[in-house]
Amino acid sequence: MMMILGIPAPLLFGQVLLGLINGAFYALLSLGLAVIFGMLNIINFAHGALFMMGAFCSWMLLNYVGIGYFPALILAPLIIGAFGLVLEKTIISRLYKLDHLYGLLLTFGMALVIEGLFRNAYGSSGLPYRIPEVLQGATNLGFMYMPNYRGWVVLVAVIVCLATWAIIEKTPLGAKLRAATENAPMVQAFGVNVPRMITFTYAGGVALAAFAGVLAAPILSVNPNMGTSLITTVFAVVVIGGMGSIMGSVVTGFGLGVIEGLTKVFWPEASATVVFLVMVIVLLTRPRGLFGKSA
Amino acid sequence: MFGFTRTQTIAFVVMLALIVLAPFFLYPVFLMRVLCMALFACAFNLMLGYVGLLSFGHAAYFGMGAYITAWTMKFWHVDASVAIALGGLTGAILGLCLGYLAIRRSGIYFAMITLALAQMVYFFCLQAPFTGGEDGIQQVPRGKLFGFIDLSNDMTMYWLVASIFLGGFLLIHRIIHSPFGQVLKGIRENEPRAVSLGYRTDDYKLIAFVLSCTLSGLAGGTKALVFGIATLTDVNYPMSGEVVLMVLLGGLGTVFGPTMGAMILMTMENYLAEFGAWVTVIQGVIFMVCVLAFRRGVIGEIGGLFKLKL
Repeated sequence: MMMILGIPAPLLFGQVLLGLINGAFYALLSLGLAVIFGMLNIINFAHGALFMMGAFCSWMLLNYVGIGYFPALILAPLIIGAFGLVLEKTIISRLYKLDHLYGLLLTFGMALVIEGLFRNAYGSSGLPYRIPEVLQGATNLGFMYMPNYRGWVVLVAVIVCLATWAIIEKTPLGAKLRAATENAPMVQAFGVNVPRMITFTYAGGVALAAFAGVLAAPILSVNPNMGTSLITTVFAVVVIGGMGSIMGSVVTGFGLGVIEGLTKVFWPEASATVVFLVMVIVLLTRPRGLFGKSA
Repeated sequence: MFGFTRTQTIAFVVMLALIVLAPFFLYPVFLMRVLCMALFACAFNLMLGYVGLLSFGHAAYFGMGAYITAWTMKFWHVDASVAIALGGLTGAILGLCLGYLAIRRSGIYFAMITLALAQMVYFFCLQAPFTGGEDGIQQVPRGKLFGFIDLSNDMTMYWLVASIFLGGFLLIHRIIHSPFGQVLKGIRENEPRAVSLGYRTDDYKLIAFVLSCTLSGLAGGTKALVFGIATLTDVNYPMSGEVVLMVLLGGLGTVFGPTMGAMILMTMENYLAEFGAWVTVIQGVIFMVCVLAFRRGVIGEIGGLFKLKL
């Protein structure tokens, strides 16, 4: 058996792959947070709860309506995105003139309500969601066996992250979006419907979270607490990366996932805290974050 | 001497009378819980209400204070006064270390950093052997105060908790009305201007943060002594959310708001305990209502109605 630094290679690569998967969730969630923060100037604390709703939505589609995994991958983000649209229109839009902190508090309240309701309805124990037939099994990569579903998650997450980046950086719509982030009144003066753009930005960020939720459903058990345990780590990821750049969020997300995976191999006790330790180092050396713009 | 206005003096006397009379009508253990949480909320208000920095990780200082008090009581058999003081000291040291990192950013980032750092403390407590993991530190004896006052009696314990609360309350009030406190408010209103006037705002923020954490640790230690238990609940993030809610509900930046908020929330939890997960939903709804329609909080609204500064 091949050994790397005294660790069996399959174990090492297995943990790196697990790290990449966690990194995929970090990337998708911090990407959504960054996009929302750019336009709305609020930190969406409910992001974890909406991620959880995405997972539940795919579970419900399967068990109540009989719609399988692949349609759910499209439908669940649309449904939860629409829910986000309603949230923005009815509740969050009332806060834009206030201090940013109120947005954090409001969305924290929303997260409590959503999670409480799901806990009442489904308990905390978690519901199983089967990996679709096509993606079951594993592939021999020569140096390790890769479970197909895990490879699929990483692949799809990378594609979606790149697509989001391309939309924001390379399309006319994205140009308007970036312009509105810089100076909303000016863009509005040019005849762009900025409030509508804000609404759809929020819905888009929420849809990304829901998408991550559907991807996570077969890996993590579908339970009401799955979002909050993730979101605090994602906050640390956001602080490390800074919210200035889209690509920054993606790279930081995947990178920290891998670091976490490697820590599981070399120092298992620290794997839960390593992301926070990285955050401490970044705060000491580069308080703006790795990709953050200076104020 | 504490800088109370006339209405505040009246309100303080009313509060004092309530604290003295309440244990003869209500269950003292419940009241002690309220007072511990009220002290925690007052300490938190010092940061959010007067410096304008939202720390979303105050549970770390509260919970670590609780752990250290419980541990020293149970295994070192120290005096109750020493154990509680050590709880406060723990909050201070932890607050100094984490605050030093967190004040490097402000606003929304400050909230996220404090939350993330508190989560790190939570994971540490989950794994470290001395905290007892999921079980926590249980069956902590209340011991003796100054070597001769037996605290196992609920009423004796109540007077100790009431004294600690009042001491903390008055200390915070004194801090806010000192020249130091005026600078803090100046930083809240306009930090660049405070800097241009020659104040080292980072030092001021850090000192305020450490003071707030010390009192949080003190509150946590007292709570651990009252209930004889310190668990992961004390250090986990829902506790951080709860203290934000108490301050928001009672009235941000008011003198009596946090105490009022703690009283309302603890009473609510007491009566809603049987509804289980609905408590979370109700808390969330209160959060949203407070932010959307009720930003001044109960005391703030009452003060606004009668044009009083409470």
